[in-house]
Amino acid sequence: MSEVVAALDDLAVWFPTAAGVVRAVDGVSLQIRRGETLGLVGESGSGKSTTGLALLRLVDPTAGTVRVAGEDVTRWSRRQLRTLRRRVAMVFQDPQASLDPRLTIGASIAEPLIVHRLVDGAAARRRRVDELLDMVGLRGDLADRHPHELSGGQRQRVGIARALAGEPDLIVLDEPIASLDLSVQAQIMNLLRRLQRDLGLTYLFIAHDLAAVEHMSDRMAVMYLGRIVESGTPTQIWQAPAHPYTAALLSAVPVADPQVERDRRRIILSGDIPSPVDPPGGCRFRTRCPQARPECAETDPVLAEVAPEHRAACLFAGEAVRAMRAA
Amino acid sequence: MINRDGQLGRALSALRRDPLALTGSLVLVVLVVVGVGGAWLAPSGINEVDVDRMLQPPSWAHPFGTDELGRDVLSRVMVAARVSLQVGLVSVGIALTVGVTLGLFAGYYRGWLDNVVMRCMDVLFAFPVLLLAVAIVAVLGPGLLTAMVAIGVVYTPIFARVTRAGVLSVREQVFVRAAVSVGASDLRIMRRHVLPNIAAPLIVQTSLSLAFAILSEAALSFLGLGVQPPDPAWGRMLFDGRGFVTEAWWLGVFPGAAIFLTVLAFNLVGDALRDVLDPRQLTVNEARRSTS
Repeated sequence: MSEVVAALDDLAVWFPTAAGVVRAVDGVSLQIRRGETLGLVGESGSGKSTTGLALLRLVDPTAGTVRVAGEDVTRWSRRQLRTLRRRVAMVFQDPQASLDPRLTIGASIAEPLIVHRLVDGAAARRRRVDELLDMVGLRGDLADRHPHELSGGQRQRVGIARALAGEPDLIVLDEPIASLDLSVQAQIMNLLRRLQRDLGLTYLFIAHDLAAVEHMSDRMAVMYLGRIVESGTPTQIWQAPAHPYTAALLSAVPVADPQVERDRRRIILSGDIPSPVDPPGGCRFRTRCPQARPECAETDPVLAEVAPEHRAACLFAGEAVRAMRAA
Repeated sequence: MINRDGQLGRALSALRRDPLALTGSLVLVVLVVVGVGGAWLAPSGINEVDVDRMLQPPSWAHPFGTDELGRDVLSRVMVAARVSLQVGLVSVGIALTVGVTLGLFAGYYRGWLDNVVMRCMDVLFAFPVLLLAVAIVAVLGPGLLTAMVAIGVVYTPIFARVTRAGVLSVREQVFVRAAVSVGASDLRIMRRHVLPNIAAPLIVQTSLSLAFAILSEAALSFLGLGVQPPDPAWGRMLFDGRGFVTEAWWLGVFPGAAIFLTVLAFNLVGDALRDVLDPRQLTVNEARRSTS
C-alpha cells in the first residue's frame, strides 16, 4: 500500500449556532494515499465540504485528528498552519467568487509563490506564472487580465493553477465542476486527470455528482449527515452498493441506454435530510430508509467490511439493498 | 489602491459626462492652483495696511474691495485658500489613516477588539462635530495645527464605520478564504485583498469629508480657535467682517462665497464619484427625489 498523504481520524466539526450545535462532521475517518483520487460524495449538508476544509484547517476540528504527511496538524498554531497550506491546496466551487476581482490573474496565481517565498524576484515569478498557466492550458498573456475578462472554464483553470503553484502534496477539489457548463465540466475533469498523471498529484475530489466521482476516483466514500456510510472502489460501489443510501443515490443517476433507462427502478427517498443539529438516534439514515427495522433505532452502525476495501455502515449491509431492489 | 484601467477610468469618464461634477472639478482645479500659488498670484500683499483706502467697495483696483485696514480682500481670500486646503487635506488625512486602520482591524478580527474600538468611535460620533472640535482645541490651545488635529479626530469615526462595514462584507467573500487557503497572513489579506475591495466607498467618503473639514475649519476660525491673525482664513475674515455688514458687505460676502463654492465643489465631485464607484448608496439628489 502506498504512502498515506493525509488522514482523518474520527474527525468531528461542530458549529455552535442559534438553533443549537450543528454537527457538520461527526466521526469521519479516511485516508488519502499518494497519487490517488479519493472521491467524496453526498447531498448538500452531508458535511463533505467541511471535511475538505478541515484538511487545510480552514475549520477547527471539535474532536479527532488531522494528519498531513505524517504530522499531526490538529493543534498547529496559526504560524504553522501557513506551512500546512502549502502542502494542502484547495480549488473552490465558484471560480468567479474565489478570485479577487481587483487582482490580475497573474497576481492571484503568484500569491502562493510570494507567501511561501518560493521564487526570488519578479522575473522568476513571472516565468513560474507563465509555466503554471501553460500547465492548465491558458495563454501566458492572460496573466495581465482581470477575472471578469475570462470565461468560467478559464477562471477555474486559474483556480487550479493557483492550487498547483505551491507544489502541494494534496489538492482538495471542492465541487470544482459544479458551477460550470456541461461541456466545460468535461474539459476541466480531463485537465485534472492529465495533471494528476503528469505531476503525480493526489486529489480529494468532493462532488455531489456520482457520475463525475466515478469517472475521477480511484476510491470513493459516500457521506450522509456528517458520517461516511459507505466506502470502496467506484466499481464495487456501482456494481454492488451495500448501503441503502448509496443504492438510492445510484438509482437516481440516469443511464444513457434508453432501453435500460426505461426498465430502471428508482428508489425514491422520502423526506429531507434531517437536521444536523439533532441527528436521529441509532442509524442516522433510518428516518428515510425504505428498509429501516426496529434494530436500526437502537444501534448506531459502524463502517464494517463487506468485501476487501469495501465498507458500509449498515446493520443489514447488502441484504437491505437486495430487499429494496426486489421491492 | 485604485485599479488603473477600471475604477479610475470609469470615474474620469463619468466626471466628463456629468456637467455638475465637471463644474465641481473645475472649481477644485482653480482652488488648488490658487491654494498652491496664492501668495504669488495675489495682486497685493495680504498685510499691506493702507489707511487711505480702507473699506473701499469693489473696484478695478480692488475687485473684492478693501477691509477696515485697507488690505486687499481678493489677495486675502486667495492666500486663505491655502489654509483651507491644507487643513482639509491634513485633517482628512489624519481621519483617513486612523479611521481606516481602526475599522480594518475591528472588522477583520471582530470580537472584543471590534467592540472596544467601535464603542469608542460611537462615543466620538455622539458629540456634535463642532462642539467636539471646540473642546479639543480648548484643551490643546488655538492654532492651525491643533485645528487640524481636532478636525481629524472629529472625522475619524465616520471613516472607521465606513471601513468596518466594507470589511465585514468583504471578509466573507470566497476569495478571502482562498487567500487564507494558500497561507496568506492576516496583514497581507487586509492589505492586498480587503483594502482594494473597499476603496470605492472610502474615496467617496474622503471627498465628502474634505468639504466638511473645510467647513469645520471655517467655523473654528470664525470662533477664533483656528488660524490666528494676522494670517488670513475664510472663517476669520467672516468674523472680522460681521461688524461691517451694513456698510461693507464685501468683507463677508467674498470669503463666504469662497467657503460656499469650495464645499459645493467637493460635494458635487463626491456625489459623482459615489454614483460611479459605490452605486449602492443614494446620492443626495436621488434621496431627495425618492422621498418627495
